[in-house]
Amino acid sequence: MNRRDLIASVAAMTVSLAAPAFAQDEPLKVGFIYVGPVGDGGWTYQHDLGRQAIEAEYGDKVETTFIESVPEGADAERALTQLALAGNKLIFATSFGFMDPVMNVAAKFPDVKFEHATGYKRADNVATYDARFYEGRAVMGTIAGHMTESNKIGYIGSFPIPEVIQGINSSFIHARKVNPDVEMKIVWAYSWFDPAKEADAASALLAEGVDVILQHTDSTAPLAKAQEAGAIGFGQASDMSNFAPSPRVSSIIDNWAPYYVQRVGAVLDGTWESKATWAGINEGEVEIGEITDAVPADVKDAALALKDQIASGEYHPFTGPLNKADGSVWLADGQTATDEELSGMNFYVEGIDAEIPQ
Amino acid sequence: MIDPLSVFLLLLAAATPILFAALGELIVERAGVLNLGVEGMMITGALAGFAAAHATGSPIIGFVAAAIAGAATAMIFAALTQFLLANQVASGLALTLFGLGLAALFGKPLEGIKAPPMTPGPFRVNWIVWLGLLMVPVVWWFLNRTRPGLILRGVGENHDAAHALGYSVRGVRIAAIGFGGAMAGIGGAFISIATVLQWTEGMTAGAGWIALAIVVFSNWSAPGVLAGAWLFGGVTVLQLRLQAAGVDVPVQLLSMAPYLATIFVLVLISARQKYSRRAGGTAPGSLGQNFHALR
Amino acid sequence: MIRLVPRAEASAAWQFATPLLAVLATMLTGGLLFAVMGYDPVAAIRTIFWDPLFGMASSYSRPQLLVKAAPLILIASGLAIGFRAGIWNIGAEGQYIIGGITGAAVALAAYPSEGMWIFPAMVIAGAMGGWAWGMIPALLRNWFGASEILVSLMLVYVAERVAAWMAFGPMKNPEGFGFPGSRNLQQYPAAANPELIAGTGAHWGVVAAAAAVLVTWFLMSRHIRGFHIRAAGLAPRAARFAGVRPGTLVAFCLGLSGAFAGMAGLFEVAGPAGQITDSFGSGYGFTAIIVAFLGRLNPVGILLAGLLLALTYIGGELAQLTLQLPAATVQVFQGMLLFFLLGFDLLTRFRIARRITA
Repeated sequence: MNRRDLIASVAAMTVSLAAPAFAQDEPLKVGFIYVGPVGDGGWTYQHDLGRQAIEAEYGDKVETTFIESVPEGADAERALTQLALAGNKLIFATSFGFMDPVMNVAAKFPDVKFEHATGYKRADNVATYDARFYEGRAVMGTIAGHMTESNKIGYIGSFPIPEVIQGINSSFIHARKVNPDVEMKIVWAYSWFDPAKEADAASALLAEGVDVILQHTDSTAPLAKAQEAGAIGFGQASDMSNFAPSPRVSSIIDNWAPYYVQRVGAVLDGTWESKATWAGINEGEVEIGEITDAVPADVKDAALALKDQIASGEYHPFTGPLNKADGSVWLADGQTATDEELSGMNFYVEGIDAEIPQ
Repeated sequence: MIDPLSVFLLLLAAATPILFAALGELIVERAGVLNLGVEGMMITGALAGFAAAHATGSPIIGFVAAAIAGAATAMIFAALTQFLLANQVASGLALTLFGLGLAALFGKPLEGIKAPPMTPGPFRVNWIVWLGLLMVPVVWWFLNRTRPGLILRGVGENHDAAHALGYSVRGVRIAAIGFGGAMAGIGGAFISIATVLQWTEGMTAGAGWIALAIVVFSNWSAPGVLAGAWLFGGVTVLQLRLQAAGVDVPVQLLSMAPYLATIFVLVLISARQKYSRRAGGTAPGSLGQNFHALR
Repeated sequence: MIRLVPRAEASAAWQFATPLLAVLATMLTGGLLFAVMGYDPVAAIRTIFWDPLFGMASSYSRPQLLVKAAPLILIASGLAIGFRAGIWNIGAEGQYIIGGITGAAVALAAYPSEGMWIFPAMVIAGAMGGWAWGMIPALLRNWFGASEILVSLMLVYVAERVAAWMAFGPMKNPEGFGFPGSRNLQQYPAAANPELIAGTGAHWGVVAAAAAVLVTWFLMSRHIRGFHIRAAGLAPRAARFAGVRPGTLVAFCLGLSGAFAGMAGLFEVAGPAGQITDSFGSGYGFTAIIVAFLGRLNPVGILLAGLLLALTYIGGELAQLTLQLPAATVQVFQGMLLFFLLGFDLLTRFRIARRITA
């Protein structure tokens, strides 16, 4: 096999697959690569719901496929290439670690459009998208601040990356706003999904006197531990409603369906272009799961009011005056954080008595 | 201030899955067999246990089913290594791959369902935790104070001699492998039924591999397994507990420590045996070797 | 009554026949599994075994076989030598990780200078890293009699944590917005390990794997050391009388297999994987043990076994893509294949005879 053969055969294939793809009755092929199994009940599961929403919306006009449990790195690059070779014209890569593979493959398939979740590299045929989880965390923080009796809130972090740090800061700021005595205890699990470890992390927090647990890891283990100890928690990524009404008093849900439906629509009508999308509560990408009756009505109202304010754009969860943990001024009164500042966030706000592990 | 009792109670629960799996693997290794498929058997147990507990509403039936499923998975390994004389290391690795896949496949319909509640035992600690602790003296007694235990150790120490004395090397080893599978199954089910209360793909997340390390750390003794399970579980619990208390801990370096300690212990006992010629209490002589009777 | 009689020498005929039988048996039982799951068994088996080689996109997937098989073959070649001498290095995964780290360390230290010396220096550093990690169990066995099986396995866990530590700490990309993981070496020309001839998939690791097959074949069949190794494996006591020094042999075998694994790690981090992340160890070191046994510890056998396993990986992805087979089904199928290959191997070493009753 020499180079010319390869190019010729790839070209032939692209032509033979591309031509019918744009004919009237041939469906648009949309591919997905997932970092975990669709049955993880969290991150990948929610992306797959988004894929199903595309099928429900467009029916015969689209055909979707996915490859699950793709390790980041070399295997991702191959999986992406296989999807492109199989005639997929729009490919969603749903993990940060797929970033460089997406860029490599996108350079080889200029007529295929790529969508990369949570990354920061773009090209003419590579768009990025992410969710403003911190908006949802503000609502969780409000509930947590009201609900805690010990004035100690626990947070199980996955990895010390900006997305998670935003969540910690946002929930802390809003818990303090409604309860000035609130303290936050943070534990890093160094995993997105490790039920046994998440359970241990939750137990460690509970032993520290925490009675509300927020989590940025995907399993239900922390909720199970909270239940044992009579504490409360929140669903993460998916609704986790089978732990309702308590310990799960609400949840922060990743809902990719609106974005996926919109982007597929853009390809179908030819208006797709590369851009960075960072959507939140307003666009329906971050959803607040049902707040159960374990939460008093006035707290529920306060939480929902905050949610509406954020959705309407009236209020930004990071609004000054806010200081950094080291006491230096971050945002002046009324000033709001820029997206750039948020996407590289590597500090805690004032009041959190902890260090971000380096 | 960290209350030692609270850390200890955390530790009891955190160590339970690995304690069960490691006690099972201890018996397997004492019989001279190295089964690296612990992770595969644990995840099968986690699934089967959850499925049975969900179907019947009884966690106890769940644990029984987990033991049966773990033992059944182990029988694949037994067939390969005891009848077909395949290499144990390769067969164990294949078993892990197979078990993880099989559990994921059959687990699809159970996703998103919650396990039936368990009534806590004494001191608000799960009954299975107490059962695990009870298994430590039971396994010790079996190995050191019973005739079948003596035969099992003999088979593991020198299978040719055991065969010459008229014992069934294959029979003993199959029984040991089955027991190891059952214990791994219970350990896995503890994660799904008692810890997470849900079935999720890949939920054992490497616990089986830690169990293997614990057996080495234990110097192949039941009390050693308990110490190892507490050390490995303890480091995790302690670092999380320190984090929760706001102490800055080097997590990666700390989580390396028990493995380094295991190597250290292994070197120590090997050296003692090598230089002082004291018998007993170390790796079984026939560990990992297959046995084929010529007549 | 049936009984097994060991063959004096492995049967040549069965050596060829058993892998074929095993693959056939897997196709039958696997086909049954697929049928029970509601998939077309013929299509599934064709997709896994045939399409990556001769299917529509085979011009892409054929080279990918080399990329996937190269580290397996390189590591297994080294391991097989030790296995033949009765020296059990099951910690190749750890040596692979450390080799990747030490190799990458050279590149990251040299960044951003350009120089012809950088890549060769990385290869040497990678090999040395793996060698050093392999020498730990060798020395502990020679000095204290500690089992190399167990020490090398324990060192895998340690290496995994070293990788995590590097990804979050010393090697973290300073321009990576706080995300864990080193710089991507693919984007650093002096350190990159690219495809040597476009369309062949062959990077330096593939070249090294081919060389490893030749070197080990030469060593085992033409060199005095190979004779010592075989003698030590077959009759340790006799070998000692023949002048084989066991300590030297242990150090040689563990060092060599460690160096091979370390090089495989380096080629992977500089090429297909691109960077050190906390999940850099992707299981190649463990899979290579299976490859070594499937290949009957024979260099040519290892070559074929490595390619066969790579085929099932890539075919498995294709089956997910085209038939929507879940990843778990593919995993079960692979497990079955391994079981059959390992089990049927019996026929090469033993002959089945009817027990003569007196």
